[in-house]
Amino acid sequence: MATIIETNDTHLYYGKKEALKGISMAFTANEITALIGPSGCGKSTLLRTLNRMNDLIPNVTITGKITLNGQDIYAPEMDIVELRKEVGMVFQQPNPFPFSVYDNVVYGLRLAGIRDKRQLDEAVETSLKAASVWEETKDVLHQSALALSGGQQQRVCIARVLAVKPDVILLDEPTSALDPISSSKIETMLLTLKKDYSIILVTHNMQQAGRISDRTAFFLDGRLVEYTNTTKFFTNPSKQESEDYISGRFG
Amino acid sequence: MNVRRQDKIATVVLYLISGTIILILAALLLYILAAGLPHVSWHFLTSPARAFEAGGGIGIQLFNSLYLLVLAMLISMPVSLGAGIYLSEYAKKNWRTTFVQTAIEILSSLPSVVVGLFGFLIFVVQFKFGFSILSGALALTFFNLPLLTRNVEESLASVQGSQREAGLALGLSRFETVTRVIVPEALPGITTGMILGAGRVFGEAAALIYTAGQSAPALDFSNWNPFYIASPLNPLRPAETLAVHIWKINSEGIMPDVAAVSAGASAVLVIVVLLFNLSARWFGKWLFKKMTGGD
Repeated sequence: MATIIETNDTHLYYGKKEALKGISMAFTANEITALIGPSGCGKSTLLRTLNRMNDLIPNVTITGKITLNGQDIYAPEMDIVELRKEVGMVFQQPNPFPFSVYDNVVYGLRLAGIRDKRQLDEAVETSLKAASVWEETKDVLHQSALALSGGQQQRVCIARVLAVKPDVILLDEPTSALDPISSSKIETMLLTLKKDYSIILVTHNMQQAGRISDRTAFFLDGRLVEYTNTTKFFTNPSKQESEDYISGRFG
Repeated sequence: MNVRRQDKIATVVLYLISGTIILILAALLLYILAAGLPHVSWHFLTSPARAFEAGGGIGIQLFNSLYLLVLAMLISMPVSLGAGIYLSEYAKKNWRTTFVQTAIEILSSLPSVVVGLFGFLIFVVQFKFGFSILSGALALTFFNLPLLTRNVEESLASVQGSQREAGLALGLSRFETVTRVIVPEALPGITTGMILGAGRVFGEAAALIYTAGQSAPALDFSNWNPFYIASPLNPLRPAETLAVHIWKINSEGIMPDVAAVSAGASAVLVIVVLLFNLSARWFGKWLFKKMTGGD
């Protein structure tokens, strides 16, 4: 199995506070990796170091090395804009732009200079289909994305990311603001997407991690406690802390 | 006294207070309109003012007001947009930014007569623009800029942070995120602020008395070459505006129908400002609806 992203002794400090205490892990291509752990354990922080979204926060210091396909993403010559095109991100709250569904999906492409109407139309259809929201939106493509339900908005946001054709998709608790039916649609969709994309998913929902991920990483207090095959993690964890967490003794 | 009774009394008191304010405002507005509207006619709106005899109009003053407004907005709109975008999206949150923001706040509460005297010293005297539309437009820019900048800044700040993240995470540069995502989203608020600013500028007198001047030379509406001295578009001619005209004829007007002209001009002024306000509301709502698709 090919490694797509690798972190090597990654530390992250918000000012003086150490939020990641030396994380070393490898993410496998074309798999779903779930990052779990209680609030404040550093899982979202780690996710946001992978496309350098933490750069936006003042007073953040990151040490250690993170590579994407062998390339150091924190190297000075790294183009952040290019990085974020290869590593797309979906957020906890659906955040479509207040424009039409169509415009949302082609936003990245248009800004990349693609003007050909046929090419854009095609990208809209493929991306919305891949995000399993084509049937619900094909008749309202030119209406505002804000008029859709939360679950549909989230899938349009995923389509918006897919249209840019990233290698990796980061999802930060993508279903925590959605109802169970919308959530299950997104889970099914992620399972079909993993043959073309590498998916890293932060989730609070252990059942979700168990249902769809190939590997699970359990974080606690800024440390990576256990990182292993999902089935093994949930049936036979090797650390006491993992077992306490999945059996609901804390967290 | 029980809570329900207390609540009822408070409600009645609040109704009384707001009712009184509305009554005063409505009475004022009705009085101005009732006193002025009978004198407003097409002739009144289009003919030049007369200094000594009855039957003069406000045509030139009305044109001056509109032309000055357009010039002032042409200057202040891009500047306030740039400043607002910088302050909201680019400036680091440190003491220098806070200092600039405080300065803008203080500037926005500057009495307009002070702005006028400042404009007189700088543009009329120092830059030798004379009493002219240009001096007036620049003074109005100073008068308007702080409020417009704050409006732009606040409209941009009210766009949710998640939208900035969405843009950046999509591989847009910071500049693209600002110009293609954040500014379009803030557009309804920005537009409303600009139109309200325009209304304020239209009614402004004190800042213009010493900059755009108090005389309205006859205009030749057949020659629109801006370099011709009597051209309506000449930015270096003195230009008494409607608001200045009202002030002036009330303090030293000697035409026999001065009361009628003053009342009519006031009514026109109030109506135009009212139109600005209503259109700002309507346009802001329309733009927001168009962009969000909600009902």
